[in-house]
Amino acid sequence: MARSRQIRVLPGFGLSLGFTVAYLGLIVLIPLASVFLKSATLDWGAFWATVTAPRVLASYRLTFGVSFLAALVNGVFGFLVAWVLARYSFPGRRLVDALVDLPFALPTAVAGIALTAIYAPNGWIGRLLEPLGIRVAFTPLGVGVALVFIGLPFVVRTVQPVLEDLDAEIEEAAASLGADRWQTVTRVVLPTLAPSLVTGMAMAFARAVGEYGSVVFISGNMPMKTEITPLLIVTKLEQFDYAGATAIAVVMLAVSFALLLLVNVLQSWSSRR
Amino acid sequence: MTGTVSRHATGTVRRRGAAEPAWVRRILIGAALAFLALLVFAPLAAVFHEALRKGAGAYAAALADPAARAAIRLTLLAAAIAVPLNLVFGVAAAWAIAKFRFPGRSLLLTLIDLPFAVSPVVSGLIYMLVFGAQGWFGPWLIEHGIRVVFAVPGIVLATIFVTFPFVARELIPLMQAQGSEEEESAIVLGAGGWTTFVRVTLPNIRWGLLYGVVLCNARAMGEFGAVSVVSGHIRGLTTTMPLHVEILYNEYNFVAAFAVASLLALLALVTLVLKNLVEWHAARAAVVPAAESTEPAPP
Repeated sequence: MARSRQIRVLPGFGLSLGFTVAYLGLIVLIPLASVFLKSATLDWGAFWATVTAPRVLASYRLTFGVSFLAALVNGVFGFLVAWVLARYSFPGRRLVDALVDLPFALPTAVAGIALTAIYAPNGWIGRLLEPLGIRVAFTPLGVGVALVFIGLPFVVRTVQPVLEDLDAEIEEAAASLGADRWQTVTRVVLPTLAPSLVTGMAMAFARAVGEYGSVVFISGNMPMKTEITPLLIVTKLEQFDYAGATAIAVVMLAVSFALLLLVNVLQSWSSRR
Repeated sequence: MTGTVSRHATGTVRRRGAAEPAWVRRILIGAALAFLALLVFAPLAAVFHEALRKGAGAYAAALADPAARAAIRLTLLAAAIAVPLNLVFGVAAAWAIAKFRFPGRSLLLTLIDLPFAVSPVVSGLIYMLVFGAQGWFGPWLIEHGIRVVFAVPGIVLATIFVTFPFVARELIPLMQAQGSEEEESAIVLGAGGWTTFVRVTLPNIRWGLLYGVVLCNARAMGEFGAVSVVSGHIRGLTTTMPLHVEILYNEYNFVAAFAVASLLALLALVTLVLKNLVEWHAARAAVVPAAESTEPAPP
């Protein structure tokens, strides 16, 4: 209490907090509340029928399944990229380091059409995969490529600083006690990094679940096959089915809030470590 | 000379005891670069390759198109409104949260992050539910001839929503780490609140502020999902650059689509350059204050 009174030497508390809360309420909270108020007016039976329709269930399977797989891929390759950037020097390292953030900076629609262009059967990479019988664009695999793309920086940027701060003496101690390099990495380095790695993967997963722009171009949007849940909301809105769109949005929001909570818990876990 | 030798010696010890053999290093670097090439570098190169496929003339024609011009203007307008508003909000929120303790402070922090957790599509939907024809204010707006959704105000609102947390998120941890001692000294010495903010706080946070603005602007100009929902896709009127890219792409006008997309890709590259410049300056500026700071930096 003494501390708080001491700090309030500074002026502007009422003004800054008042503006913050008012702006937050007007731009974020009231509009977000509209989803729940609107859904409260829906008939429960109709709500349930909408969110469990076969086409919607298929979209959950695709969205959550592929987002999960993309987070796993990013867990492996994001770790590899973070390791290489933090530990090794090679020509162009700084440029590569900067470009890892490209998925953050590149508008999702641009990422979507660019990935489609190279992974389509006549594209740079699609052309090489076609004779092997692998189709990427317009299949769930294409959705996965887009979701790995947008999730990558989350994993790299959460793991890389921890890896850079890791005390070299710990690894040297493990080595001097007779551990070989593989044992040192898997038994000493990885357990230390695990919280940040899991946090990064959870952030990538949360982003992937809601992702729209980069996916809709490469997925082909075939109902039951390559249709993601956010697209179903858009489709329902285009048919002026506000109730249906809201029902699916409530499901998406509930998942998003749960994931936000999970990421917060994971972050406090990794900062305690 | 002795210094060099001993540093070299420790390096050798570390390399022998706690590092990978050279061939493992090369394989790992190669694998990481190959992965990034397939996933990140190739799409970036593809944007410019596709845009210039039919030569500079077709590229210039695509950008000179009136609808493309209108899309560029609308994108600049939305960012010009959203970024300053969120900048003012970010500074106010950071001042309240970093300089004072009050009940509900951590709840407020979480609420500020909400727009990042919400799917872009849902971010657009909420404004349809408030201002759309079937929404709360829909009938009233129609009666008074005011258009919000399927018009410019809706696009601006959706842009503000999705870029809401950027500046606040950069400034809050930064101002928390810096503490309030300098501002308190200024106040005690007789400076007014505004003078203290402009002369003491602002110079301390300028790099973090710039960083937040750069990221906020990139997202404001590049947002697709949220804006797509409220836009109505009226060509030349309610299409921002990303929406214009989508329309051209769906019309199989690939050269024009990638030409407009190349401008957005250039924006992304400029954003990355600015981001790195700011990080470099911030790291240099942080060397002295970090040594003096007694509070631990937040994660």
